[in-house]
Amino acid sequence: MASRVLPAQLHDMRRQIEAHARGYGLDFWDVVFEVLGFDEMNMVAAYGGFPNRYPHWRFGMEYERLAKGYEYGLSKIYEMVVNNDPSYAYLLESNMDVDQKLVMAHVFGHVDFFKNNFMFQHTNRKMMDQMANHATRVRRYQDRFGVEVVEEFVDRCLSLENLVDYHSPFVKRRASPSAAEDERRVATGFRSGREYMAGYINPPELLAAEQRRLDDEAARERKLPEQPEQDVILFLLEHAPLKPWEHDVLSIIREEAYYFAPQGQTKIMNEGWATYWHSRIMTEKALRPEEVVDYADHHSGTLATQPGQVNPYKLGVELWRDIEERWDRGRFGKEFEECDSLEERRHWDKKLGQGRQKLFEVRRHYNDVTFIDEFLTPEFCSQQRLFGFGYSDKHQRWEIATREFRKVKEKLLHQLTNFGQPLIMVEDGNFENRGELQLLHRHDGVDLKVDYARDTLRHLQSMWHRPVNLATKVEGRGVLMRFDGKDHTDRRLDK
Amino acid sequence: MSLKIKQDQARFRAIVRGRIRQGLKKYIQHGELLGKKGKDFVTIPIPAIDIPHFRFGERQQGGVGQGEGEPGDPLSPQQGSEDGAGQAGQGEGQHILEVEVTLEELADILGEELELPRIAPRGKDRIVATRVKYTGISPSGPESLRHFKRTYKQALRRQIATGTYNWFRPVVVPVREDRRYRTWKPVAIPDTNAVILYMMDVSGSMGDEQKDVVRTESFWIDTWLRRHYPGLEVRFIVHDAVAREVDRETFFHTRESGGTMISSAYKLCREIIEQDYSGGGWNVYPFHFSDGDNWSTDDTRLCVEILREGILPVVNLFCYGQVDSPYGSGQFIKDLREQLAGTENVALSEIADRDAIYGSIKTFLGKGR
Repeated sequence: MASRVLPAQLHDMRRQIEAHARGYGLDFWDVVFEVLGFDEMNMVAAYGGFPNRYPHWRFGMEYERLAKGYEYGLSKIYEMVVNNDPSYAYLLESNMDVDQKLVMAHVFGHVDFFKNNFMFQHTNRKMMDQMANHATRVRRYQDRFGVEVVEEFVDRCLSLENLVDYHSPFVKRRASPSAAEDERRVATGFRSGREYMAGYINPPELLAAEQRRLDDEAARERKLPEQPEQDVILFLLEHAPLKPWEHDVLSIIREEAYYFAPQGQTKIMNEGWATYWHSRIMTEKALRPEEVVDYADHHSGTLATQPGQVNPYKLGVELWRDIEERWDRGRFGKEFEECDSLEERRHWDKKLGQGRQKLFEVRRHYNDVTFIDEFLTPEFCSQQRLFGFGYSDKHQRWEIATREFRKVKEKLLHQLTNFGQPLIMVEDGNFENRGELQLLHRHDGVDLKVDYARDTLRHLQSMWHRPVNLATKVEGRGVLMRFDGKDHTDRRLDK
Repeated sequence: MSLKIKQDQARFRAIVRGRIRQGLKKYIQHGELLGKKGKDFVTIPIPAIDIPHFRFGERQQGGVGQGEGEPGDPLSPQQGSEDGAGQAGQGEGQHILEVEVTLEELADILGEELELPRIAPRGKDRIVATRVKYTGISPSGPESLRHFKRTYKQALRRQIATGTYNWFRPVVVPVREDRRYRTWKPVAIPDTNAVILYMMDVSGSMGDEQKDVVRTESFWIDTWLRRHYPGLEVRFIVHDAVAREVDRETFFHTRESGGTMISSAYKLCREIIEQDYSGGGWNVYPFHFSDGDNWSTDDTRLCVEILREGILPVVNLFCYGQVDSPYGSGQFIKDLREQLAGTENVALSEIADRDAIYGSIKTFLGKGR
């Protein structure tokens, strides 16, 4: 990708916007802006913001979708920013000046968020380089083992991509091995009353062999993993019979999954935050009178919500604004909550002016789940016309199911918890003492998509090489899905 | 400048077309084409391959939306299928776009989904169906394909960029990373020795709507074929009780009425094949459209006989499309199905209404037959 020095005009703009952003108290890394043509832009976007990724058709698919969308004038990527230090952000060559300003302001918002939000404290800030390394490694394997072989394996890895523990960077879950050590059985050999005979009755080498046998036995008895392990990929890396290159490719997929995870977990907050700031910077500082109409047009385009969908930009920015207003006017806490008079609530204003301070606090300590959980109020829910939808078996169509606050919030949180992915963990690496893998799906009321689950099991089996099992529930009944390398079988579990 | 990602894109396309990685075939989702959005609108299918994950079944999960409406109101079709909107960062969902396109563009789009099935290299100037073509440059490859000039250019570029280039002693030394290699891919060359015979029932039982459906369908097939198989020969036959050969203009615009003797068309078709396209030098594709209301069972028997003896042995694929008609019995397709069961080179399709046209075209020309 051609790297271009920012043209003088854009450079001036950038300094101006950056100064405004700092003036508001945003705290970000250095940002490297690059100007790209639309095809390069589409490429980088397809690569997830990076100029260099390992070869895989999936990026080609994404590129094709973006390119077609652009060609037919349906969609256009305005802005892209990479969580890296320094951050990289891309500007579309053909954009108007006012758009470039908007994008810059938006980007500074994102970078501030990357730098300060707690979810990002464990991500690799040199991911640009790391991604390029990954690309080189995968290419090298393709050269050695063949494109098809490696790509096929990458596909299988991607199928397991979501089987990681998104919270594990923050927690040390592995129990320290000392507890197990304590109970170690010591070989004593035959009982002998006579000390001088001890060396004869129990020769040291015999004792050592006996000890080894005991240890082996203990190891076999010990369950693997001791606790259910949510990071299935890690478990495979540690225990599956993978070839060295396969091991490396799988660890690459895992590392990238962990890198992208916090961005997905803070999507609503992050987009809302950036939108909030571009709107403030633009409307209060950077906008020239002749640019107002274009700005308004594009800003509203970003916030436009398809009827019946949630737009993270829109939901996010409205929540941020709501928080600011509530803390400015003191519309929170016991006194406010317990006030029964609607009239009083509506005009509630303690003139606290803590809004801005609260915003910065929230942007540091929350992620989407906690953000929604804490700040989505019934008033907000009805103002924003949020609803929950579901599939109606009766009418054979998707319908609005409810506008009830509690249910809407529950649905939204369910969508966000664990990425909206089912919770799946390794229960046993030696299932029924036959070296089989057993996974457990923590069923929370929603069944798995069965055909997909079967295919995923197939991929899992190809890595584990022994039969794999998944305990889940289908229509309320416990089922053990199993794939042994040839056939899929289902077995009813008790009850 | 050629982009790195073009290789990934080419690979993706090759997968979609079923050239490589057949295992992924079942995960390919095709959008719907020729949508219902008025005259000029179509939905453009962007094929997507969905890698299987452990995930929730959509129907139980539901989701959250924003907007007007009361509980019990339906969502528009796309909304439901949006799997968990906005959660994963890299939105999956359905890749369907709706745009206005020109006919040529549409034919192109069709082209990515269709092909002349069972086509075989035939004729004197037989053309090899695929051959390898050097298409690009890549940073890795076998040494025998090293591109000398591009390698040196790259080395020069690197030396200038890093400031090690000496203007007074211009020696360019490539290092390993500078090496560039030719890359290739197999290119399919469509066979041009093919003829399409369109036959259409214009009898009285075919109402205007039925004729319209048939014309639309044959128009699309024709548009697509002409664009993708240049040099293709096309012949047109209309029939009621008697058949006659017409030109393209007449075929698409004629309005007639009368009884129906399908055998007359098949007879003419057989004659044309025997006269002009015999001797195994041609790929022959007869298409026949009708409402399936034949004059008599005797005639139907005659039709089957002509097909068996005179037409099927010499054609690559015989396509019969039957339009639903309020008047006709629609018996003909059933008879064909019974009589020709087990015959490989026959494609039968029932076209209920305009919306079914695309599905029918796919039955005829869809890939992987």
